[in-house]
Parts: sequence; C-alpha cells; structure tokens
Amino acid sequence: MRLTLHVWRQASGSPSGRFERYDMPDADEHMSFLEMLDVLNNRLIEQGKDPIAFEHDCREGICGSCGMVINGRPHGPVQRVTACQLHMRSFKDGDDIWLEPWRARAFPVLKDLVVDRSAFDRIIQAGGYISIRTGAAPDANAVPIPKRDADSAMDAAACIGCGACVAACPNGSAMLFTAAKISHLGLLPQGQPERFSRVLDMVGTMDEEGFGSCTNHGSCEAACPKGISLDFIARLNRDLIRATLGKGMEVEAPAGGAG
Amino acid sequence: MARVSAFYRSTVGKKVLMAITGFVLLGFVVVHMIGNLKAFMGAEYFNTYAEALRALGAPFFGHGQALWLFRIVLLGSVLIHAFFGIQLWLVSNRARPIGYEKTPYLQTTAASLTMRWGGLLIGGYVVYHLMHLTIGNVNPDFIPGDAYHNLVVGFESTTAAAAYVIAVFVLALHLYHGTWSALQTLGLNHPKYNSWRRGIAAVLAIVLLVGFATVPVAVQLGVLK
Ligand code: FES
Repeated sequence: MRLTLHVWRQASGSPSGRFERYDMPDADEHMSFLEMLDVLNNRLIEQGKDPIAFEHDCREGICGSCGMVINGRPHGPVQRVTACQLHMRSFKDGDDIWLEPWRARAFPVLKDLVVDRSAFDRIIQAGGYISIRTGAAPDANAVPIPKRDADSAMDAAACIGCGACVAACPNGSAMLFTAAKISHLGLLPQGQPERFSRVLDMVGTMDEEGFGSCTNHGSCEAACPKGISLDFIARLNRDLIRATLGKGMEVEAPAGGAG
Repeated sequence: MARVSAFYRSTVGKKVLMAITGFVLLGFVVVHMIGNLKAFMGAEYFNTYAEALRALGAPFFGHGQALWLFRIVLLGSVLIHAFFGIQLWLVSNRARPIGYEKTPYLQTTAASLTMRWGGLLIGGYVVYHLMHLTIGNVNPDFIPGDAYHNLVVGFESTTAAAAYVIAVFVLALHLYHGTWSALQTLGLNHPKYNSWRRGIAAVLAIVLLVGFATVPVAVQLGVLK
C-alpha cells in the first residue's frame, strides 16, 4: 500500500524541529509499524540521508520504549497496543500518517521521535521501592494476599512506563503512571511500610519534574497500551489524603516487618 | 506538619481543596435552585422566603448575621476554588510548551474540556448576577426587599433571561464533569459504585439546568408576572 508519512524531525540538541514528508509507496500490510519505519530508514541511509530516530527495544510490547504519537493517538489507532505491536493492516492504502514525539516539558525531545523519559525514573527513585529483609528468599505463599488485591496489584504492575498517559493528557499530567506505581506496591503487604511516605514523595517528585495537573479527562486511560484504570488515580488521591491526615502512620513505624 | 505542607504544595493537595470547596458551592447551588422555584408559589410566599433567609438562625443570630456568615463561607470557597484552579491551569499550560499537530485528546468531553474557561465565565456571571438581583444597580427597577418584583422585572429583558440560561448551561456542564472529578480527586471510588458516579453527575447537572432555567423562561412566557 501507498502511504505518505509526515514525520517530526528535530536534530539532537536543537530546541525546534519541523515535519518532513516521506513517500512510502510499497508498505506491506503484514509489516509491523516499526518494520515499515526500518524500511524507510534503510532507504534514507542509502540516499545518504539521516534516518529517523525512534526508540525501540523489545518490539513485543513489554519494555515501553517505543512511544510515539501516530495520527494524534499515542501508540497509534489500535487500543491497548504499543507502537511496536501495531501492524500496517491497521492503515489503508493512501493514508497520511503523522508521527510526533511525546509532547511534554518533562520529556524533552532528544532527537526526532525520541524523548528523554528519565523524569519517570526519578519518580520511581523517590519512592518506588520496598524495605525487605535480605538473605534467603521467603517461602512461597508465606505472606497471604487476598486474591482481589493480588489481581489489582498485577493490573497496576502492567504499566510499562512508556509515557503514553502523559502524551495523551491534555494537561501533560503523569498521574496515571505515578498512580500505577504507587498502587502496585501499596496494594501488597510488602509495600505497606513506606506506603504513605511513598505517595507523598512520588507525587512531590512528579510535580517537581514539571508534569501538568490532572483534571480527570481520562485520556490517559484511553491511550494506555496496558489498560491501566483511572481507579488507581483515585487510589493515589486517597492515599495522599490519608498520608496527610496521619492515618496509617502506625503502619509505617516498623519497617520491614512484612517482608 | 511536614506532611501537611507537602500535601498543600502538591498539585493533588490543591485539587483536594478544590474538590471540597466545589462541593460546598454545589450544595449552595442546589439550595439556591430550590429557593428559586418558590417563585411559583406567588409573590408573597417568595418574599416571605427571601426575608426568612435574613432572619435565619434567630434568635441566636441577629438579623442577617447568619446569612452573612454563609456569604463569607461561600466567598471563601469561591476564592480558594478559583485561586487553585488558576494556579493549576498555569501548571498544566507550562507542562506542554509545544503542542501537537494532531490533537490526541481521547475520551474527553465538552464538559471536561471547558472546566477552566467555563469556571471563569461562571465567576464573571455571578458578579453580574449579584448586581442584577441582589445589589440591584443593573436592575431596571430594583425595590429593596421585594425579591419577587426584582426577579420579574429583571428577567423581562430577553437579554438578561438569555444570559441567565446560558450561564446556567455552562454551570451544568461544569458540574457534570466537576462532580465526577471531585469524587475522583477525593478518592471516593469503589468498584461497586463507580458506574454510578457519572450517572449521578449527569442527573444533578440536568436537574439544576432545568430547575434554574425554568424561572427566567416562565417570566419570558408571562407565567410569572
Ligand atoms: S519496543 Fe518494547 S514496548 Fe515497544
């Protein structure tokens, strides 16, 4: 199929960029989206031009590196699918495809479609850890966890940190990411010792990184390739209120007990 | 104390304050609408009701004192709600200095996208509204103490009635998203009741829209005179 691509090109270190037009006369519907870009890049290299920089690693939807906004949708037109798992059969012959990087002050563009997402790493560093005894691994099932909590924690832990939530949010907020990380630890007994300092520290860092303020549009949930629910944002809010009111301080005192 | 200041400094803490003040104002708006509908009970009834508001809390409170207390609480709520609303608006504006060519606004609604401008519009309208029907300086024939007369004279102007209906529509839109959003901000969700939150917000918005719009429309149609 014949496609016209409009790709955001921005030289590394440059504060601005612009859209470049590329013709793709022979895209195959069986190609993955990134393979289509690989083919285009090979041609650009043959012509002595600079290939389009885009991030990718696992190409199987689990590492979270391959984010880009495709025709106004983070990760493209198919719901719950990362850009690397998107196939060209989702497009039609003659389509125009617009490719843009995540747009957020906290995610500066490094080059073309690649952004620096280390703001997410700093949010994790602020509180995305637990205190446990080191040494021999505990027996399996030594700590009983209600099935519902375990399921919910796993749902939150499905977050791959790709940043689509920030990219989709009209406010450029990182609440869905932060909420998922807070919840997957806070729902489990092992995450209790730091539960309330975690939420204060991670939200504090999130704000310092320059993300916007959530107004509950729900765009993040719609864009999330892993289907992380807005309910986790309510949970973050609830934990933050409880942390401030001093509830659950007693949980925090003996660190490591639940390990 | 460190926690309280961390809370206050965070965007989430500010939104919690917006949610609480939002609910205070929502409560006021519901009572206000019910009060308005008393106009259909006749001039005398309506004026007695308006007068009773001033005598509220007697004999503990002097004449008009309780009413002023309410007004101070409401004004405080408006200021807190607006102050943090504008502050967070600026935070969000700064968060995306370069916009998209193709806007990825997914799952948004007309209500969610107009919260900020709508809020400003409502605030502006309330100032005019007070001058129109409470202070009376923009009312064509204001008689202090005759609330029914002021209302009818005020809404005989088609422009004034239309402005009121538009403002109420914007308010309903604001509350449709606002009610749901405030519940979310306060962390009030539960798998069992989650699906109800949108529904309650929608019913509330429609009831308020109809309840408020009825009075100026009735004046225009000559039902209230
Ligand atoms: S490349 Fe790993 S998720 Fe797409």
